[in-house]
Amino acid sequence: MTAGDDVIEVRNLRTAFGDHVVHDDLNLTVKRGEVLGLVGGSGTGKSVLLNTIIGLRKPDAGEIWFDGHRLGHMSGDERRILQSRWGVLFQSGALFSSLTVKENVLAPMREHLDLPKKLMGEIADMKIAMSGLAENAGPKFPAELSGGMKKRAGLARALALDPDMLFLDEPTAGLDPIGAAAFDELILDLKRTMGLTVFMVTHDLDSLYAICDRVAVLADRKCVAVAPLDELLQHDHPWIREYFHGPRGRAAGAARRV
Amino acid sequence: MNGHPKPAVMTRKEGGQLIVEPSGDWTVETIGDVVSRLRELERGSEHGRTVIDLSALGRLDTAGAYLLGRAVYRCETPSADWHFRGAHPSGRELIQEALASARDCGPEIDTSRYGFVRAAERIGMGLEGAWNEAYATFAFLGHTILVFLSSLARPWRFRITPIFHVMEQAGVNALPIIAVLSFFIGAVVAFMGANLLETFGASVFTVELVGLAVLREFGVLITAIMLAGRSDSAFTAAIGSMKMQQEIDAMRVLGLDPFEVLVIPRVIACVVMAPLLAFAAVVAGLLGGLLVCWSALDISPAFYVSRLQDAIDISHFWVGMSKAPIFGLIIAIVGCKQGMEVGGDVESLGRHVTASVVQSIFAVIVVDALFAMMYLELDI
Repeated sequence: MTAGDDVIEVRNLRTAFGDHVVHDDLNLTVKRGEVLGLVGGSGTGKSVLLNTIIGLRKPDAGEIWFDGHRLGHMSGDERRILQSRWGVLFQSGALFSSLTVKENVLAPMREHLDLPKKLMGEIADMKIAMSGLAENAGPKFPAELSGGMKKRAGLARALALDPDMLFLDEPTAGLDPIGAAAFDELILDLKRTMGLTVFMVTHDLDSLYAICDRVAVLADRKCVAVAPLDELLQHDHPWIREYFHGPRGRAAGAARRV
Repeated sequence: MNGHPKPAVMTRKEGGQLIVEPSGDWTVETIGDVVSRLRELERGSEHGRTVIDLSALGRLDTAGAYLLGRAVYRCETPSADWHFRGAHPSGRELIQEALASARDCGPEIDTSRYGFVRAAERIGMGLEGAWNEAYATFAFLGHTILVFLSSLARPWRFRITPIFHVMEQAGVNALPIIAVLSFFIGAVVAFMGANLLETFGASVFTVELVGLAVLREFGVLITAIMLAGRSDSAFTAAIGSMKMQQEIDAMRVLGLDPFEVLVIPRVIACVVMAPLLAFAAVVAGLLGGLLVCWSALDISPAFYVSRLQDAIDISHFWVGMSKAPIFGLIIAIVGCKQGMEVGGDVESLGRHVTASVVQSIFAVIVVDALFAMMYLELDI
């Protein structure tokens, strides 16, 4: 359990919808304690890859390993333990619409923990505050929240069990710049203090610059490069050049260097 | 997560300060054991002289940090540096962060009331809700009629393709199930009639019974109830999910009137198809009666048909048929109105689909009773 060893390993993954092949022979590793950003054009299967890694989609071929356990070949207990160490934030929050924000955060705790109710409530309140939601958000229903607030509530739920691994699907999309920066800050804090491993699908160049240790690029049905951002900037793959040296990429890079 | 040292806590006094020494792993999975001990500490810490010694602490996460931080939470400056001593890679930071996000939530106010007042309140609210609902439905009907009339002035604005699509979906596709149901209802009425009338030696009147019941009531009622269960819910779900995805808003912004695009085609299709379906239901019901009369009462098909023609006036057929378009209108209006009222979440979609089916069946039966009274007064 030391930082730096491989915690997730994707080997020779193939994903296809009918004739449409999304991933072919894709390999990717995530190291413990790092923030890995996943980028790629629309339709390259970023979210599909995320869903496959967290076991929502069965790979058509290939294997996914967590800490030496192969996904799909674990006992029920192993899987439950693994899942209680994951936090997942879906693209639109995916909050349970019939529960309030606080109940949403409490849901995984009630399921996996044996703590006094009052303490769970207090911890839930703390997570809601940590994720940057206002004090009165707890008793609200998801339908009453804005898109950005839903995302924060989703993060609070993902953090409910103090996971070791966090999967984020476009966490800063739809947040205002101040909120997005605070989000980056929070992820960095958690990573520093708790050694969190973060796997993050994102389009937010600022986030990539601010918090990602390494960035993986999906293109041509494969993971064409996994490297720290500085190295990627030198990469000569046409899509990567376009991505980081296009007008927006340059702007974000310039802002970072100032 | 096994094999980790369990959390424990030691305390000692030192120069008027309370030193709290946590040890072991304080994570969300393990802290269950020390909750009550920490609560005691928390209550005894009002003097603001609690110091947390982190040197023996193992793993810590935010839940553990929160629990530990509570020990100093009531102090004047809970995250001040003098509260901490000893080295830990992340302890001080985590506890301070947890404290910054902690909130003192007051006692929860119990708003639930019981007893007579509460019951009366609920009844009142229900009645008011029913009244508002009825009012809103009539308003919706009025709006639909206005849009329809204005479309009549500009007939090219009628959307022919959607009208025929709904006719097929809600009408033609419902034909088999409505015919089969009506066939069985006709047969059941014939059986009951045959049994009962035989005791008077008047079993031949079974034909009249079946004819009257099916022509006036059952044919059209079965049609209406099937339409309500089958198409009305589909209308609400379709329009409601469009509402949820903001498609209706998009239509308005693009200058399309959702009434014209969504409601009018459904209303027209239902009003046109309901009598046709009711006719099919009547035929199937009479056929069911015929089979039972033939098999159980030895009434030959030819006699059954000629007796129907002699004994049952054609007006009974028209009475039944006259109700069908009205029922079709009710079903389309209720279904579309409920769909338009769906809010932003899945919960409300489910609620409105249920309300839509319940309300349309309720309305159909109430209107049928009104028709029965009206025709009784008119002697038809």
